[in-house]
Amino acid sequence: MQKLFGRPEALADVPTHYCPGCTHGIIHRLIAEVIDELGVRERAIGISPVGCAVLAYEYFNCDFVEASHGRAPAVATGIKRALPNAVVFSYQGDGDLASIGAGEIVHAASRGEKITVIFVNNAIYGMTGGQMAPTTLPGQKTTTSPKGRDPEVAGHPIRVCELLSSLSGVAYIARVSVTSPANVAKAKRALKKAFETQLEGKGFSLVEFLSTCPTNWGMTPAEALKWVDDKMAVYYPLGEYTKVPEVG
Amino acid sequence: MAEKVLMKGNEAVAEAAIMAGCRCFFGYPITPQNEIPEYMARRMPEVGGVFLQAESEVAGSNMVYGAACAGARVMTTSSSPGISLMQEAISYMAGAELPCVIVNIVRGGPGLGGIQGAQSDYFQATKGGGHGDYHLLVLAPCTVQELVNLTMEAFDLADMYRNPVMILGDAILGQMMEPVEMPEPRPTADLPAKTWATTGACGRPKNVITSLFLDPAKLEKHNLRLAEKYRRMAAEQVRYATYMTEDADVVLVAYGTTARIARAALERARERGLRVGLFRPISLWPFPYEALAAATAGAAHVLVVEMSLGQMIEDVRLACGEIKPVHFYGRTGGMSPSPREIMDEIVKIVEKGA
Repeated sequence: MQKLFGRPEALADVPTHYCPGCTHGIIHRLIAEVIDELGVRERAIGISPVGCAVLAYEYFNCDFVEASHGRAPAVATGIKRALPNAVVFSYQGDGDLASIGAGEIVHAASRGEKITVIFVNNAIYGMTGGQMAPTTLPGQKTTTSPKGRDPEVAGHPIRVCELLSSLSGVAYIARVSVTSPANVAKAKRALKKAFETQLEGKGFSLVEFLSTCPTNWGMTPAEALKWVDDKMAVYYPLGEYTKVPEVG
Repeated sequence: MAEKVLMKGNEAVAEAAIMAGCRCFFGYPITPQNEIPEYMARRMPEVGGVFLQAESEVAGSNMVYGAACAGARVMTTSSSPGISLMQEAISYMAGAELPCVIVNIVRGGPGLGGIQGAQSDYFQATKGGGHGDYHLLVLAPCTVQELVNLTMEAFDLADMYRNPVMILGDAILGQMMEPVEMPEPRPTADLPAKTWATTGACGRPKNVITSLFLDPAKLEKHNLRLAEKYRRMAAEQVRYATYMTEDADVVLVAYGTTARIARAALERARERGLRVGLFRPISLWPFPYEALAAATAGAAHVLVVEMSLGQMIEDVRLACGEIKPVHFYGRTGGMSPSPREIMDEIVKIVEKGA
């Protein structure tokens, strides 16, 4: 009998700790599928962040390193420079990448490090219980913005793809979501392109996933997916952001 | 035998790392150790190695973490304020048992402090620095030659124990020029294969490097296993030198640059008929408690000399403070004690004690 659907080899056969309706699971699976399809599992080295995906090393069937909060791009740089033939990817949340690790991501991108960054933006700190993130939307209620984020006080949310796309070391950047089968298919194409960018030695690649946090948003999984489409994708438009202007 | 060459301490430490097989260097400029990254920027490409100037000491030390995960011989160097920024990665590397060499060319503190030589990072180096129950091997050379020898050995020790090793120098040692003889290239020691490194799970189960243990029972077990390793390091790596302690009434205790100044004071004292000896700890962690107790057993007084307001003196007191008076003389903020000042202290102690 022909097997039509199965677990990717790069995905470990273990239950995850993610909440119901959280899209980390879909994103993990897409990464594993792409790693399998490109045949690079035995060269792959992942870096997990501090945040909800801290235990990602349990869920992938490839070598993995756990980094300190925000430093995954620096750790990835050290690995990739020591092992240029490795396929190095970091998996980071919004607090990890856009807040405490803002310096590391900008410089890894500007150096054109040949790594792939998977950036999971759910507009909130999930692991610590729902505090405001650098990507929390204006007006969005969190435990540390109980009346809704006021940009006058708490500043404005950061659009990471737009910010990084101005850097010359960037070879591929895209923002995707996984709110529908069509979006999942698009997300996988972007992810594959990002890994191919690394394999071709072109430079830095990043895919931002707009993700859900039903638990800390106080929504059902279905409501959360709708909120991504209706609210997040308005502030954070989906698409490719790669066109780097070549100056000089 | 290799030819002796005149080298600045900072350049010698860089070349020693290359000779030890170090092929990855990450760092950030800070005075008084800039000759090290500058030397590495020139030299690493010649030997097919990696030199990268990081955007900060925070990032640079995490690049060290990454390269160590990949199984590379890796080093970073900095000076006091920069070493403070590296404490996060140092704690993670100790927790994840990653070998690397960190050189601290100490300058005066606290805060931005100054750029002259100091020994005020002793506590940070030997008593933790970062969070958690951990230890670094801390080695304190007092000549450029010893800086070379200990740096080369540090790479083997790091691999042997899977632990970060710190070379604690100071601005004087980093900036001074002395004749040195480069030892043979390393590694020469019989070191275990790095089967734990994350190099890609090719033909083996996946490797994971982490310091996260959410189950407290497992974290305690991990800490107890580390403690066992630290006990082994403490038993095997005690290093010190003694000079004329056998008949000494006053034993000076000093490390690094200060030990050289103390020795000059000792020579003057001996000329005046005062029986003075010198005990020089070379490993600051593990501290040579027992050897110090033995070396001071026949002395009436112990005088600790440091370029700080008194940090190593706490370990000296642990070694022999219960049985004899432990005196202190220190200069701080980048000032160094002169042989005359130390001599005056010796005379004061002897006269008071007599």
